[in-house]
Amino acid sequence: MFHSRSLAKLGLLSITVMLLLSAGDDARFYQLGHKLMCVCSCNQVLLECNHVGCTYSDRMRAELAANLERGDSDDLTLQAFVQKYGPTVLIAPTSTGFNRVAWIMPYLALTLGIATVVLIVRAWKNRPVPVSPGRVAPVTGGELERFREQARRDTAI
Amino acid sequence: MPQIGSFALLLALCLSAYSFVAGILALAFPGRGSERLGETARRAGIASFAVVFLAALVLVVAAFTDDFSIAYIFHHSNRDLPAPYKFATLWSGQEGSLLFWSLLLAAYGLVLRLRHKTDNRLFAYASMIIAAVQVFFLLLLNFAAHPFAIMQGSRPADGSGLNPLLQYPEMVIHPPMLYLGYVGFTVPFAFALGALIMKYPGEKWIHITRRWTMITWGFLTCGVFLGAHWAYSVLGWGGYWGWDPVENASLMPWLTGTAFLHSVMMQEKRGMLKTWNMWLIFSTFMLSIFGTFLTRSGVVSSVHAFAQSSIGTWFVIFLAVIFAACLAFYIKNRSHLRSEHKLESLVSRESSFLFNNLLLLVACFTVLWGTLFPVLSEWVQGNKVTVGPPFFNRVNVPVALLLLLLTAVGPLLAWRKTSIESLKRNFLWPALGAFAAGVLLISFGIRPWRDVSYLYSLMTIMLSVLVGLTVISEFVRGGRVIARHTGQNLLASMVQLGHRNTRRYGGYIVHFGVIVIMIGFAGAAFNQDKEQEMGYGEKLNIATYTLVCRSYTQDDNPNYESEWAVMDVFKGGKQIATMNPERRFYKASQQMATMVANRSTLKEDLYLVYEGLNQDTGRPIIKAHLNPLVLWIWIGVWIMIVGTIVALLPNAVPVRVPAPARIHAAAPVGAGD
Repeated sequence: MFHSRSLAKLGLLSITVMLLLSAGDDARFYQLGHKLMCVCSCNQVLLECNHVGCTYSDRMRAELAANLERGDSDDLTLQAFVQKYGPTVLIAPTSTGFNRVAWIMPYLALTLGIATVVLIVRAWKNRPVPVSPGRVAPVTGGELERFREQARRDTAI
Repeated sequence: MPQIGSFALLLALCLSAYSFVAGILALAFPGRGSERLGETARRAGIASFAVVFLAALVLVVAAFTDDFSIAYIFHHSNRDLPAPYKFATLWSGQEGSLLFWSLLLAAYGLVLRLRHKTDNRLFAYASMIIAAVQVFFLLLLNFAAHPFAIMQGSRPADGSGLNPLLQYPEMVIHPPMLYLGYVGFTVPFAFALGALIMKYPGEKWIHITRRWTMITWGFLTCGVFLGAHWAYSVLGWGGYWGWDPVENASLMPWLTGTAFLHSVMMQEKRGMLKTWNMWLIFSTFMLSIFGTFLTRSGVVSSVHAFAQSSIGTWFVIFLAVIFAACLAFYIKNRSHLRSEHKLESLVSRESSFLFNNLLLLVACFTVLWGTLFPVLSEWVQGNKVTVGPPFFNRVNVPVALLLLLLTAVGPLLAWRKTSIESLKRNFLWPALGAFAAGVLLISFGIRPWRDVSYLYSLMTIMLSVLVGLTVISEFVRGGRVIARHTGQNLLASMVQLGHRNTRRYGGYIVHFGVIVIMIGFAGAAFNQDKEQEMGYGEKLNIATYTLVCRSYTQDDNPNYESEWAVMDVFKGGKQIATMNPERRFYKASQQMATMVANRSTLKEDLYLVYEGLNQDTGRPIIKAHLNPLVLWIWIGVWIMIVGTIVALLPNAVPVRVPAPARIHAAAPVGAGD
């Protein structure tokens, strides 16, 4: 009795694991399929290639499914595709070697840009305003604040 | 017929070259006779429009009369091509689209030259620069990409037909809109460079070009989104933006043009950022040319490879010449571009524009970097890499979110300096509204901690609500003041407010359109799709929809054979629609194409693609996509167009409001920006 119950439990567990694995494979298939390009020159993601008469996408999808069925890891699967179809089969640059530059540059540009803007604003704040001969000298300090407050009240929009 | 076209192009080149050279001489050697010489240059420019128009007309007539002795017509048309697409032949290929570019430039030049009395000298400079650009395109047309080249051997009985992907109604308006945008930036560029060369005093050139820039920007906006809609409707992969190099090429000048439209206000209001604005408009123009180079040269692989050839070198040389000219005149006359005011506070409208420009330029740089990285990689590593959507989404989405935040905060900041108290006062309710929207979305099941795309989506919607509420609060606050003084109801007061400062409130409407679009983009995080072989009576379930295949039908017309599925769509057990995804076989070009069936609602698009037959089983395959909120994107574009039109309208005379006793003069309401 105990034995048959254990077997039933084991069977149930196996089915559950298989189902989970199969669901996991589906998810991995979807995930990896979106990390690869179709190489038929349609410039589309492998799983989104609907290029009419495409001779590559079906074959590549089948290869991907076969790799997953074989139990290859994600890295190994992607590597196999790179070896077969070249580095352009990956949808985005890897984060190794020179390809890292692709990822770093936009953030570097943003950081440098922000730093530059802050420096510019600081430099401008400290810069004296050129006063042309016909122009009234700038108002500063408390007097300026009083004028501003009056302007705010009078143009309350 | 082709001889007339060829002659017209040659004559147009002569006229434009004359307009350019005579324009330079008249401006460089002022004195007796220079005015008359300048006038002949202007008239030559006007005449060049007539001649380029004649050339374009000849090409269109050749398409309609099936003159397959012209190679271009043979390659891009056929006898059974419907009339609208025969017209679209003009811009469907390399040579025709260059001719179309030249025609639009001539048309812009015509308007500019007819309005020369606004400021004779500045317009003369702008006219001369436009003539120079026109000379380049006419050189290309005459010597590198001749649209009237004759077919070798005997005249073919029929043409090869138009690319099936281009046989879609939007292709009749998408390229013209995009080109009106690209070409249109030549005008503000010409004014900017002209103003720099002549050390034009003051900011009048900016006032003159403001409308040109906005109209051009409006066209480019329409062009970019029409392209997105075309991709969505025709390519059949379920998306509207794939970060293809050619899509990127249209986005880059749009981003810098948008930056210019914002930062130019600083120059108008405060006499600041003169050098920056000059280089922004130079860059925008150069990016327009660069976009054309990308489309034509084949330097990067693109799904839009409709028109590639070896004319890339011409564009590289042209870009180098433009850059050298801009740099030379900038170095020579940069003292003219000194700022008149200083920036007083980080919390001010000025600094918000600075950060806005920074983010737009970083976005532009990222797009440019990602587009060109494959070329750089090949140069450095010896092999190309692909830079696809994951890269662009990962680096651009955070930038877009920061931009959204700035769009919310910017309008609440005053020029020169804003007190933290006033910022808090104006920001409190919109911020609470955005927070409430976030809580509501989480309670409806969005789980931002599960996936970064959900987090981005949630943040996009929250920030969009924030922007929307600040825009609404701006209208309501202004409307209330007018209502208080005029006794009108709030709605009428808000309309009046918009009339009083069309530029400011038109701009807010554009911002409103942008957030509606962003909400549409946010929906992409929740896209679903399902693919299935479907025989008669078989079902496909996707989310709450059930699709039942009723039948497959075929049809035949002179242009194409078609086959489509008849799919009944059920929701909650009730039939709500019948959809017909279709596949076509175009006879002349011997190519297949898909025609997507799309049922669009505010909540989601049910998007069906008939993918063809499974080669193993012979059974038809249907792919269903469920794309939430896509309709919002197209609605947002319409709102942006309305906002742009409002911003272009002249201000109504401001109603004078009785001022408080201590101020003697009446103060106009809603006139600030």
